[in-house]
Amino acid sequence: MTAVQPQMPTQDALEVGTTATTAVKGRSRIPWRFLAGRAAFYLFTLWAAITINFFLPRMMKGDAVSQYLSRNRNVSPEAADALRSLLGLDTDKALLHQYVDYWGLLLRGDLGVSLLHGLRPVTEVISQALPWTVGLVGFATLVSFAIGTIGGGIVGWRRGSRLDGLIPVTTFLATIPYFWLGLLAIAVFSVNLGWFPIGKAYGVGMRPEWTAEFIGQVIHHGTLPAVTIVIASLGGWMLGMRNMMLTVLDEDYVMVAQAKGLPNKRVLWRYAARNAVLPQIQSFALSIGFIVGGTIVMEMVFSYPGVGKLLLDATNAKDYALMQGVFLVITLSVLVANILADIAYAFLDPRTRQTEA
Amino acid sequence: MTTDLRTERAADLPTVRPPRPRATFRARLGSSFAMFRNRKSITGLAILGFFVLVAILADVLAPYSPTKVDSAARLQPPSVEHWLGTTHLGEDVLSQVIYGTRGVIVVGFLAAIMATIIAVVVGVVAGYLRGWRSESLSALTNVFLVIPGLPLIIIVASMFDNPPLVVIAAVLGLTGWAWGARVLRAQTMSLRNRDFIQAARANGEPLHRIIGKEMLPNLMALIAASFVGTVTAAILGLTTLSYIGVIPVNTYNWGTILNWASAQGAFRQNQWWWFMPPGLCIAAIGVALSLINFGIDEYVNPRLRSAGERARAMRKRGLDVNDPVTAVRPATSAQERA
Repeated sequence: MTAVQPQMPTQDALEVGTTATTAVKGRSRIPWRFLAGRAAFYLFTLWAAITINFFLPRMMKGDAVSQYLSRNRNVSPEAADALRSLLGLDTDKALLHQYVDYWGLLLRGDLGVSLLHGLRPVTEVISQALPWTVGLVGFATLVSFAIGTIGGGIVGWRRGSRLDGLIPVTTFLATIPYFWLGLLAIAVFSVNLGWFPIGKAYGVGMRPEWTAEFIGQVIHHGTLPAVTIVIASLGGWMLGMRNMMLTVLDEDYVMVAQAKGLPNKRVLWRYAARNAVLPQIQSFALSIGFIVGGTIVMEMVFSYPGVGKLLLDATNAKDYALMQGVFLVITLSVLVANILADIAYAFLDPRTRQTEA
Repeated sequence: MTTDLRTERAADLPTVRPPRPRATFRARLGSSFAMFRNRKSITGLAILGFFVLVAILADVLAPYSPTKVDSAARLQPPSVEHWLGTTHLGEDVLSQVIYGTRGVIVVGFLAAIMATIIAVVVGVVAGYLRGWRSESLSALTNVFLVIPGLPLIIIVASMFDNPPLVVIAAVLGLTGWAWGARVLRAQTMSLRNRDFIQAARANGEPLHRIIGKEMLPNLMALIAASFVGTVTAAILGLTTLSYIGVIPVNTYNWGTILNWASAQGAFRQNQWWWFMPPGLCIAAIGVALSLINFGIDEYVNPRLRSAGERARAMRKRGLDVNDPVTAVRPATSAQERA
């Protein structure tokens, strides 16, 4: 402590706030209408996804059992019939009846059995694959979003400088088809340079357990997929943030903040970037479905044992129960991610809570 | 400095002009293409035009048939006879790439046309109407945005044994319209309250005229942007699906070539002439389309262009845009600008 410490006001200025803060503080507002609207939307989307899911296999030619029979010759016709009723594919029931049955099974958490995986329950098969996808793709996407948004903010702030050249480069990387980028990465870094293993989540002969060796293997195997995802998706976030920054930096409150003599850092992050990031979060929520679709390709290229690979295998083998289950889980995770993004948005932008409430 | 910025900003703003009366056909044609009249868009259009020409003239340009097997020349690196080498069956890679352009261009444009029509109808109607009808159309759009597209396409595409290009385009179009509809709805909602629309309504103009004659011209840039975006998405979708092998297409496209190259281990054996050209072609067409979109973006929001130019101009005079201290400029530079 030095003697010349300035006299600080006893209360923090942020805590006291402005007159508007005191006006709002009076009533504790829970934005019921806003919450109800979002809840209704998510319930509707859930219903739509489940209904699509119900109809998809019923519109398709060729059923799973005949596919299964063509692969396993020594199955008796009685066994085939038993399989059909086990899978809910017996067609003597009316469609509506089937639909009600389907909901009943769903609510009990019963997604049927997978023909492709030796009649194991679909939930079990998916729950083995899900952590790999969520871990790798979730991590890579968040990293990409963070780098892209922060980078876009800086590029927008230093408008007209050499940093502007970054935007065309990242956009170019984003227009390259992802699977090609992944295959090239394997060709260069795995085959020719030998830095990373080719595909799979961990080495042959390893057992999934919490040991340092296994975790090291997972990181070693996951680096290439994660880096390619980041490279491929960085461009969109960067361009979006930079464009929003250019618009926001022209606003009067940024000029006022500068005129007040606030340090540049504070103007950049607390004033400009905080407002520019709002549309970013909205488009993050909306692009989650797209990102999840991209993981299918990633998992195919790197033969990563996630849900995307399950879906592809199930589609090729016409294993409807597994296919439906995977689609349902993918849609559910997209919805959950959307809800999280909504909550984050409501926290960051008080206007969503106030104007709609 | 403050006043300086203000006048410039005012010049940026009027991007949406009400249509001028008595426009000749030529002038109207010119103004509807105004969004493409900048260097970025023109470069993009030129690259795109090149690929369209290649697709049309494939029969003339390709030196061989894409499926002509030549067992004497397997996996040849590029040579005088085969400019881009050959595949594992001795097929000419260049010819495959040239013929592959067709599928890509046809599906890309068909899908984008379908998606844009749906997006315009749903977006403009949802933006113009109010109340529950607008809300339910918006909810429908959001459902299509949220439901993951690629898994759905894979499942639907696997319903067909050998789907024709039109079906693939339709599936890609039906799953790809939501983003455009969302953007158009927002813009229509903001247009609805502008003076010239209010005036048209007060004049008693019929609904189809308000939407068709007053609103659509002002939405053209956004419609074009969403069209271009959908073409990109459809091309990436088509090549991805072909690569995955969900669409066993008998006509070649770039994704099919990559599927073969990958299945035959071209990536592990460094047969770069086989897998580099199709990937670079997809990237080139993607770059062309995003250049067009950059151009449209800067037309819709001139700040995107002028912000950089303004900052560069200020730096030349020794000022920094982000300098919080307002510098007193010498009088000469102010006169130069005026």
